[in-house]
Amino acid sequence: MSNGELVIQARDVRKVFRVGDVEVHALRGVSLDVRRGEFVSVIGPSGSGKSTFFHILGGLTPPTSGSIHIHGKDLRAMSEADRTELRKKEVGFVFQKYNLLPTLTAADNIAIARHIAGTEDGDDRQFREVLGLLGISGRLGHKPAALSGGEQQRVAIARAIVNRPSILLADEPTGNLDTENSAAVLALLRDLNARLGQTILMITHNPEAAAYGSRTVEMRDGRIV
Amino acid sequence: MINKLVVANLKHRPVRTLLSVLAIGVEVTMMLTLVGLSEGMLEDSARRARGVGADIIVRAPGTSLMSLSSASMPQKLMDFFAGQPHVALAAGTVVHPIGGVNTVTGIDLDEFNRISGGFKYISGGPFRRPDDIIVDDFYAVQNKLSVGSTVNLMNRNWRVCGIVEPGKLARIVIPRATLQDLAGATGKLSQIFLKLDTPAHTNQVIAALKEKLPDYQMYSIEELTSLYSVSNVPGLSAFIGVIIGLSIVVGFLVVFLSMYTAVLERTREVGILKALGASPGYVLGIVFRETVLLALAGSLLGIVLTYGSRWLIMTLVPASLTQKIVPAWWPIAGAIAVFGALIGAMYPAWKAARQDAIEALSYE
Ligand SMILES: Nc1ncnc2c1ncn2[C@@H]1O[C@H](COP(=O)(O)OP(=O)(O)OP(=O)(O)O)[C@@H](O)[C@H]1O
Ligand SMILES: [Mg+2]
Repeated sequence: MSNGELVIQARDVRKVFRVGDVEVHALRGVSLDVRRGEFVSVIGPSGSGKSTFFHILGGLTPPTSGSIHIHGKDLRAMSEADRTELRKKEVGFVFQKYNLLPTLTAADNIAIARHIAGTEDGDDRQFREVLGLLGISGRLGHKPAALSGGEQQRVAIARAIVNRPSILLADEPTGNLDTENSAAVLALLRDLNARLGQTILMITHNPEAAAYGSRTVEMRDGRIV
Repeated sequence: MINKLVVANLKHRPVRTLLSVLAIGVEVTMMLTLVGLSEGMLEDSARRARGVGADIIVRAPGTSLMSLSSASMPQKLMDFFAGQPHVALAAGTVVHPIGGVNTVTGIDLDEFNRISGGFKYISGGPFRRPDDIIVDDFYAVQNKLSVGSTVNLMNRNWRVCGIVEPGKLARIVIPRATLQDLAGATGKLSQIFLKLDTPAHTNQVIAALKEKLPDYQMYSIEELTSLYSVSNVPGLSAFIGVIIGLSIVVGFLVVFLSMYTAVLERTREVGILKALGASPGYVLGIVFRETVLLALAGSLLGIVLTYGSRWLIMTLVPASLTQKIVPAWWPIAGAIAVFGALIGAMYPAWKAARQDAIEALSYE
């Protein structure tokens, strides 16, 4: 798998937050290559810049300096509108908690991602394929409040990949779950990676969870070590 | 899909949604009731004027059609008019205000019967005494009167001698001589109605009469009733304008507060949508769609409430107020409600659209 095309190419990425007069150096030169089909676990202590790195990769915020290419597209040159487009087509996000829109059912939470991306009327096969992998087909008509944390996370993952993004970014997807639910979510990620070849980057604090990935990178003080 | 989200959002906070719809509904009813009252009362006046059966109305010099004029025309004019070519009949009336929008009209019953074909009595009959009073059915119902009842008007007691079908001249009529005495206008009239032998000659007759009495106001009844319109009543258009302005402000405030709280409590949802690739325009669209839906639901409710207010008026004060249902104003009132609501949603929508996704997602 590691000889596929480069999906992420990050070179010396830096991010400085200015809080009043204080400069916070969240990223101090991160370089990382990820190839298609990889499942990379990202570990590191709190405050080491993991989430910040993901937000930049996903186009939620621009880097201060350095170069990043996602699927060959240069993030540095991107406008706000370009980054919106990137989030729509190239990346899928899963966060630690409260991922779903509370007023919509699980199925509609997934459907709205397709609506936003404009793929609503497209091929339904990929949609059903994803739903099949979730293992909660009977609960798709429920609203998030009626689902367990693990079920919610699986719906969030389905929503994140329903538009076939180049990369799935999961920021501590099991951080809020018990062992059993964690195992179900991690198994789903592994299935997606193995069966659909989905490229995945996952932040975790748990070494057992990290072991699901094909490769682990560690961050410390805004750098990859 | 986006509509599903919009409806789901509105259903998520049913009380807030219902209150917003109700407030917009009241706003719309306020406008429609006012317009309905204005048009209803004017139409009613026009119908009563037509009910007289005359072709021409004459009023004293310098009077305005829409305001009450004191009795200032000499009664002797009647003889002059009666002698003019084509004039078949003449009837003079005295109009006296009795507070609010109500007036008492003094008539000579014989004269009036000749020109109008007479009242249709539901009960009772013509005047027999100087203190007799004839009222129409609406007035009788509103004031719980029947033949033989006593009414106090202008500090005097009157005996109801007849109750008649509405739609002719006035709701309350008394003998002309009595009213002239009471109003200190002996031998004076407020208006004179003329009936012609050939109604087709109305305009020529008016032209001929105006040459002889240039200062007097003369209108054909057709012209008169067409003048009963909102724009001809001094101040009415401005008043309606003020009420519409207030309605817009009410709609603006209600929707502003409602959407502002909605956007605040959905900070996280907006973050999720943005992480999914929703553009600021998409977020804006959701807020505006919700707003339009609220305003349309409120407009529908407002229209329904208009029937309620008409029922109330018909039940409680049918003789004082007449409210017409004016469907032509439904889209106008609806558009005004949507307009006010959209202005109210502007700031909340803008706030949601430019919200930073990361900040929104770390918000708990
Ligand atoms: N919006 C921001 N403004 C200012 N400082 C920020 C902002 N976001 C992150 N930081 C700072 O940047 C550094 C890296 O934060 P980040 O959230 O990326 O760490 P992390 O590795 O994800 O930590 P955790 O494991 O606790 O989630 C921290 O010092 C944090 O305080
Ligand atoms: Mg983090």
